Amino acid sequence: MDAIILQILNGLDKGSAYALIALGLTLIFGTLGVVNFAHGAIFMLGAFTAVTLDRLLNMSFVTIDPTRTNFLGQPLEVKTPYIVSWFGDSIGNGIIDWAVPLSILFSIPIMLFIGYAMERGIIKHFYHRPHADQILVTFGLAIVLQEIIKAFFGANPIPTPAPAAFRGSFDFGVWLGFPANAIIYPYWRMIYFLFSAIVISGVFAFLRFTTFGMVVRAGMADRETVGLLGIDIDKRFTIMFGIAAAVAGLAGVMYAPINSPNYHMGMDFLVLSFVVVVVGGMGSLPGAVLAGFLLGVLESFASMNEIKSILPGIDQIIIYLIAIIILLTRPRGLMGRKGVMED
Amino acid sequence: MQLFGLSKKDTLFLLIVIFLTLATPILLQPFAEGSGLAQFNAGYPDLMQRFAIYGIFAIGFNILFGLTGYLSFGHAAFLGVGSYSAVWMFKLLTMNIIPGIILAVIVSGLFALLIGWISLRRSGIYFSILTLAFAQMSYNLAYSVLTPLTNGETGLQIRLSDPRILDGASAAGSLPTTNLFGLAMNDSVKMEFFGRLFTFNVGYYFSAVMAIIVFYIALRIFRSPFGLMLRAVKTNQTRLNYTGVNTRPYTLAAFVISGMYAGLAGGLLAAMDPLAGAERMQWTASGEVVLMTILGGAGTMMGPVLGAGFIKYFENIFSKINDNVLHNWFGPLPDGLENFLVDLVHPFVGKGWHLTLGMLFVLVVMFLPGGLVEGGQRIAALFRRKRKPDGSGPKHQPKQAPHVAE
Amino acid sequence: MSKLILTRRGLLKTGAVAGAGLAMPTVFASGAAAYTNEPKGGTVTLGFNVPQSGPYADEGADELRAYKLAVEHLNGEGDGGMLNTFSSKALKGNGILGKKVTYVTGDTQTKSDAARASAKSMIEKDGAVMITGGSSSGVAIAVQGLCQDAGVIFMAGLTHSNDTTGKDKKANGFRHFFNAYMSAAALAPVLANAYGKDRKFYMLTADYTWGWTQAASMKAFLEGAGWTMVKDVRTPLATTDFSSYIAPVMNSGADVLILNHYGGNMVNSLTNAVNFGLRDKMVNGKQFEIVVPLYSRLMAKGAGENVKGILGSTNWHWSLQDEGTKAFVKSFGTKYGFPPSQAAHTVYCQTLLYADACERAGTFNPCGVAEALEGFEFDGLGNGKTLYRADDHQCFKDVLVVRGKEKPTSEFDLLEVVEKTPVEKVRYEPDNPFFKGGSLGKCNPGA
Repeated sequence: MDAIILQILNGLDKGSAYALIALGLTLIFGTLGVVNFAHGAIFMLGAFTAVTLDRLLNMSFVTIDPTRTNFLGQPLEVKTPYIVSWFGDSIGNGIIDWAVPLSILFSIPIMLFIGYAMERGIIKHFYHRPHADQILVTFGLAIVLQEIIKAFFGANPIPTPAPAAFRGSFDFGVWLGFPANAIIYPYWRMIYFLFSAIVISGVFAFLRFTTFGMVVRAGMADRETVGLLGIDIDKRFTIMFGIAAAVAGLAGVMYAPINSPNYHMGMDFLVLSFVVVVVGGMGSLPGAVLAGFLLGVLESFASMNEIKSILPGIDQIIIYLIAIIILLTRPRGLMGRKGVMED
Repeated sequence: MQLFGLSKKDTLFLLIVIFLTLATPILLQPFAEGSGLAQFNAGYPDLMQRFAIYGIFAIGFNILFGLTGYLSFGHAAFLGVGSYSAVWMFKLLTMNIIPGIILAVIVSGLFALLIGWISLRRSGIYFSILTLAFAQMSYNLAYSVLTPLTNGETGLQIRLSDPRILDGASAAGSLPTTNLFGLAMNDSVKMEFFGRLFTFNVGYYFSAVMAIIVFYIALRIFRSPFGLMLRAVKTNQTRLNYTGVNTRPYTLAAFVISGMYAGLAGGLLAAMDPLAGAERMQWTASGEVVLMTILGGAGTMMGPVLGAGFIKYFENIFSKINDNVLHNWFGPLPDGLENFLVDLVHPFVGKGWHLTLGMLFVLVVMFLPGGLVEGGQRIAALFRRKRKPDGSGPKHQPKQAPHVAE
Repeated sequence: MSKLILTRRGLLKTGAVAGAGLAMPTVFASGAAAYTNEPKGGTVTLGFNVPQSGPYADEGADELRAYKLAVEHLNGEGDGGMLNTFSSKALKGNGILGKKVTYVTGDTQTKSDAARASAKSMIEKDGAVMITGGSSSGVAIAVQGLCQDAGVIFMAGLTHSNDTTGKDKKANGFRHFFNAYMSAAALAPVLANAYGKDRKFYMLTADYTWGWTQAASMKAFLEGAGWTMVKDVRTPLATTDFSSYIAPVMNSGADVLILNHYGGNMVNSLTNAVNFGLRDKMVNGKQFEIVVPLYSRLMAKGAGENVKGILGSTNWHWSLQDEGTKAFVKSFGTKYGFPPSQAAHTVYCQTLLYADACERAGTFNPCGVAEALEGFEFDGLGNGKTLYRADDHQCFKDVLVVRGKEKPTSEFDLLEVVEKTPVEKVRYEPDNPFFKGGSLGKCNPGA
């Protein structure tokens, strides 16, 4: 029983990550109709805003400590971050410790701008081009973004820990009446879950309850008519692209403490996020979120040894297997709209 | 001049392709040995083989994507299955490549039949994701639980202890080479003239002949009523369905044919180098053939081949340009300028070859919407415009462009 | 039908004739060469085939740095590095056999196909007489097979799988790096010593060949040391989030977690495990511990704070105090400003060992070089007395057991050497069940 509760927790957590990543993609791909292979790269850029802020806060001046030596036997250079020298040890290090949560504030404008620049610079020329061309241009863009990050930060993963206050884990088991250590879960993952719930509902509320959102939804359904009504739908689509980039970027920032970011982490999530969006159904935001959670939970269960012993290797293919089953039984995914990207 | 049931234009086009293919070992070796630019020569067996083989892969992919518009994102699975079947034939039966290649085509055809039969129930993006899912499942399983069949991470290789029941005992302690009735694939004739070293390799010519044959078949398909039907599917499948035409058999046939092309490419890869790795089936490999086709120009005859050549050239030639080579190039310049130029070029070559390729994708698709083929057409058009005033007219130009455009 | 048969026979004949016809000019063209790519001019070309893109690009970059340094030293430039401490004095700093050493580089992308393509272009286009490099076992084994067929020597870089010198060993291939069996043999006694005799361990294993050999070796040795295994769970290579594999560990009754992961997998699984708070827990009245059998300093950097106090093994570490290590660290550190990684060390040694073997054999012929390397005993390359065993072309030397340092003084100072397990403790017979099957075959000079 406790094993099952544990995997449900895991699944919800994984699912929230999948849903959050897919949400940004479905805004661009499912609704604006752009096959965006650069989405993974945007997610990666988000994670690297956290890395960059961490680096900036750690900007140091060098003092020579003649009493100690480095590996070549020369006097050791000791680095002290400017922040520590300005604010003193405890406050300075405290600020550095909170780099990841702080970078949420920075990443929103940065990612909005990146999304805006991408759409105005490149994507807007491709709304009416074949999907094949969209794939080529966004894939090329993704490679360029990755290589730029690699040139600055190298190929190795870069540790970006959560603040000390959120490290460690919470014992759910005791709370539910199980023995100690039966069900433990890290604080940061719970925060990730809450965070994605907030972001997802924020995006939903925005599209549902604001005039802006209403116009965008109308534009998705019938771009031409909305245009004829004298509404500048292009401008709104640009803003939507920015919002999508910000959502993907936030998913990346919050993910940084879970797995150390590296330059190709976006590619690892790219295929998965496409699968989630399509399984959810093209053009459906709730579909993408639902599919994210569904795949997350099923993937967690598939990793249980009890199940792997019956079906060896099931955890290798579960996501794809579920995708095939759903797409064969429901022609347009879970909640897809008719006529979106069907030809 | 009308040959092989092709129109006059197509015959000329085919003859040009045959000439270019056969002359590749000479054409790709334009720079003298030992000169700084020899780095850009591509006329060595392995790369030429890859040009021909990935050309076949892309031509086959284009039969599906270029004609019907169905974008398969899992075509690498057929390539991988073809490679595995061929290597198994080399292990069990004989190092003669014919049985291996035949089995590769058959097995990948059957695999394509199965996947196509299921995936073609959906269209558009749903079809793409279904093919992607099948290919990723194949890759993940080949890498892990199917290791007894695929040798997982290391890749399936031939061993001394394999039975090879049709072959006699090979020389003790050394692995046999793949061959065509005794003619080894890695045999080469090297000739040196004009200070250039030309390598005429058996394996390349075998792949080249196969490439020409399948190019001819693809040309026939493009011009046939069947090809017309496939184009009709691309234009408006719903209307076809309403007029009472069942399009499934046509699209399925196209899917299987292009799967068999991929299998042939996989079999040839194994024949040139008897190793089959699981990475051949990964989504990035499927994505690569999509990129090749679009980069070259989807739906055209020459485009996918050009795109394949382009990407493979970057992967193999640009990745090898290191700082040492750069210093050699710019060595004659004054030191300051030399270092400046090296620093300037450095991020785009060697380990930065991905960056150059990515920028190229963006630039090509921005400025040449029809792919590299359109670039060729524009250059040709430029020449034509220039020639006109002096009266020679367009007749002397090879009439390539009009055929390839769709 | 009869026509078909005729055609086939005709083809056979033509095949034979064409074969003979084609074979002649080949012999003519390469008749003067006794082996593949015999160096004719005043230079000899080596092929450095390392990952320059993909997850191991940084390790590849470090390997390339070491290769460049080795070439400098061989050509008599720089301070000579380990040439001064190497027990064999055949190398004189005038290149190899009087020929200046040049090199070509390529990108393996950590994929067997790309690695073979890159190695082939070095052999076919650039005339490389030796290929070296690699940062994973799959690639090393694939390229080793290629070099065997092509008739050049392969000096393996970072490859840890038992198979490289086990069932996939080749006469033209040589490995200086240690392997999974040696890691387990060295680690087990240290673990039993540090954590007690009656421990229960749980393993997470990367689900591919290297992971399996590592897991099997660990299991054999830990059970030999009196520990009991609770479970060995396979994780897909593509896993990035290990939470669903780590969450059940606490409740399984195990008190040690062994992560048979490497590279990106290892960074993520270790980070996840530490985030789950496993190391703060007490199980069965004992402190819960995590072990990473194969450490790489470059990758450990990616896991940051999480490596502190975690035991593992490594081929070499820059903080060793022997003369060879000091000389190498000094010339590497002076040139690049930071200490070399174990990957850099092993490829530097491999290059020197190859050059030295050529000098002693008096030829670049792979068969001569292989003979000179087989059974070669040397010292002064940082690992103490080392033997290149003739039976399987594996180096036998001491293995280092290391621990993540609690108080690092710099970003490179991540590991501390806990114990140097002497070579006798990790030695095995060539027919050991972990290595049997496969044979070296005969050396192939090509041409």
